[in-house]
Amino acid sequence: MPEAGSTRVVGDQPVVHRRTGGLGAYLRSIGAIIWKDLVAELRSRELLSAMLVFALLVVLIFNFALELDIRTRETVTSGVLWVTFAFAGTLGLNRSMAVEKDRGCLDGLLLVPVDRTAIYFGKVIGNLVFMLIVEAIVLPLYSVLYNINLFQPGLLAVILLGSIGYVAVGTLLSSMAVHARTRDVLLPILLFPVVLPVLVPAIKASNGFLQGFEMAEILPWLNLLIVYDVIFMAVAFMVFDYVVEE
Amino acid sequence: MIDVRGLVKTFGLKSVLRGLEFHVDRGEFVALVGPNGAGKTTFLRILASLARPSMGEVRVAGYRLPAQAAAVRVRLGVVSHQPLLYGDLTAEENLFFYSRMYGLTDLEHRVGAILEMVGLHARRRDLVRQYSRGMQQRLAIGRAILHDPDVLLFDEPHTGLDQEAAAMLDTLLQDVAARGRTVVMTSHNLDRAADLAERIDILSKGVIAASIKRDEIDPLDLPKLYRSVTHA
Amino acid sequence: MEPMPKALKALNWITGALFVVALYLVLIFAPREAVMGDVQRVFYFHVAAGWVGALAFLVTAIAGGVYLARGERRWDLVAQASVEIGVVFTFANIVSGSVWARPIWNTWWTWDPRLVTATVMELVYIAYLMLRQGIEDPDRRARFGAVYGIVGFLSVPLTFLSIRIFRTIHPVVIGSGDPTAAGAFDMSPNMRVAFFFSLFTFTFVYATLLWHRLRLQRFSEKVEQMKMKILSV
Repeated sequence: MPEAGSTRVVGDQPVVHRRTGGLGAYLRSIGAIIWKDLVAELRSRELLSAMLVFALLVVLIFNFALELDIRTRETVTSGVLWVTFAFAGTLGLNRSMAVEKDRGCLDGLLLVPVDRTAIYFGKVIGNLVFMLIVEAIVLPLYSVLYNINLFQPGLLAVILLGSIGYVAVGTLLSSMAVHARTRDVLLPILLFPVVLPVLVPAIKASNGFLQGFEMAEILPWLNLLIVYDVIFMAVAFMVFDYVVEE
Repeated sequence: MIDVRGLVKTFGLKSVLRGLEFHVDRGEFVALVGPNGAGKTTFLRILASLARPSMGEVRVAGYRLPAQAAAVRVRLGVVSHQPLLYGDLTAEENLFFYSRMYGLTDLEHRVGAILEMVGLHARRRDLVRQYSRGMQQRLAIGRAILHDPDVLLFDEPHTGLDQEAAAMLDTLLQDVAARGRTVVMTSHNLDRAADLAERIDILSKGVIAASIKRDEIDPLDLPKLYRSVTHA
Repeated sequence: MEPMPKALKALNWITGALFVVALYLVLIFAPREAVMGDVQRVFYFHVAAGWVGALAFLVTAIAGGVYLARGERRWDLVAQASVEIGVVFTFANIVSGSVWARPIWNTWWTWDPRLVTATVMELVYIAYLMLRQGIEDPDRRARFGAVYGIVGFLSVPLTFLSIRIFRTIHPVVIGSGDPTAAGAFDMSPNMRVAFFFSLFTFTFVYATLLWHRLRLQRFSEKVEQMKMKILSV
């Protein structure tokens, strides 16, 4: 039996299993899932290119809708950015789960003897990386287009915290939405009302940093973001089993 | 190796499996046949630890499902009618990925050996998306035996294959099964089941309605028996 | 069809009687509010409807949790029935609030934290119903419903919190977003009686509706079972 380090034979080759279970195995499978998502994406670039083009289109439409002249720009920039990230994010979340569902890969993952939450965290980190890549391209572009400096450490921290919360809930909900008949339409409807407590503080805190408010005014928002991230990560951790297991 | 007693599975109000009894010895190759909607796939998903039984006792490789699912999963390989492979990864990358998930060592060697065995070594750097259906199924078998499982489950592995590819798959299935592994395969094709398996179980209306050893029956009588059982 | 259980019959009558009394208390017994006039009477049922909405969604979250732990279908039925009632009462809550706000705040709507939270909550549970509708396997539908019921319920207080901080930093000047500022009043003892009695009555209304809804569900299942029996013969 393949307990710790036992040896057997397959295809005339000896087979060695590492110890199953334990934190090492858990982290290794999370790593494997992230690696798999990144390799597949770097090759096809389907998800990233869709998210990026979409994000740029949203920024463009806002340009006309809001007349982003110099005075209004300062106050609406954080709103424009977060709406852009949120919309582009749903595209990515939908696609990343559809890949797992369509060829039965989700079953393949579930057949592996690892804790189901490893699948959740693997997908969360993968989705987070995609979202951060999109943000890393949109931010400098926006900076150049509208001549506004977005590279402030505070703002970047807010974007990271906000993206974590968004992806933590988004990954959980997208793994439910893929099973629905109306899956592409359903995800934003499920996600947006629940993720509002991430978007509101993220927008306000970003705005605070952009307008140079004092830290005391921004701090409650940051706290709220952190609280949200922790609560929803924990809840997803507890319920993810029930989402994927039949 | 597999022991199922009084298995009931309901979906809402509809009961698919109704007190099913099933037993497979170590090293046996059993084919499950039955009309569409008889519950073959549902049953196999329960054995694969992918679905929970509503009632009854299920033991695979000596472990109870769903309580000891992790122990079962270590000893279990599944080939489904879906390949369970990532289209945007190469064959090699797919196997690497699953090897890491299973916590195997000596990856290079192992993945190479498996690819050789399923006859895809020459095309290991091709994307799975570009593979033919038959090649995908062969790779799926490679994926299923990566961690050298004791029990193999095949869920309609021939779905969507042409004659030639199906014949090739048969050879591979027999090869994989011949290494002392226990195999359960579902099929809606009686001839194919009779060719491969030592025993044929007919699943009808949620129970095993008949169980026939291949060497105890004339293959020509099989369709008649099948009809009489499923239409009863 | 099985006859209505005695307890449910009794509950029907009690709830009906309570409702009549509540109407009397709200419309006649409670004094006319000095500043706002009769429009203030909306307040009693408005708050009561909001209370039932929140209670119903709490029940859904708890029933969902129990369903996940035990896997018994009846808890899922409770969760779903409760959401349906909650959505209706939250809607009544929002509309009655608007009716009151029109003469008092001089607008149908302000972006006050409570208003926004109630609306977001309503949207969460409409999404809940849409999720259920999109999923065919009943077990999966129940599991997903339970998970979304829990996630949604946790997000509501956070939504309220985030919008409230929002308002404290940037107070709304026009129309004042804060109901303690415009349209606030002290309840007289008689008003208080009407208020708490309304809450009490609406809780009974909720319980009665929930019971009826569950019974209806059982009937529709029976019909479904009979249909299957006839079709399989």
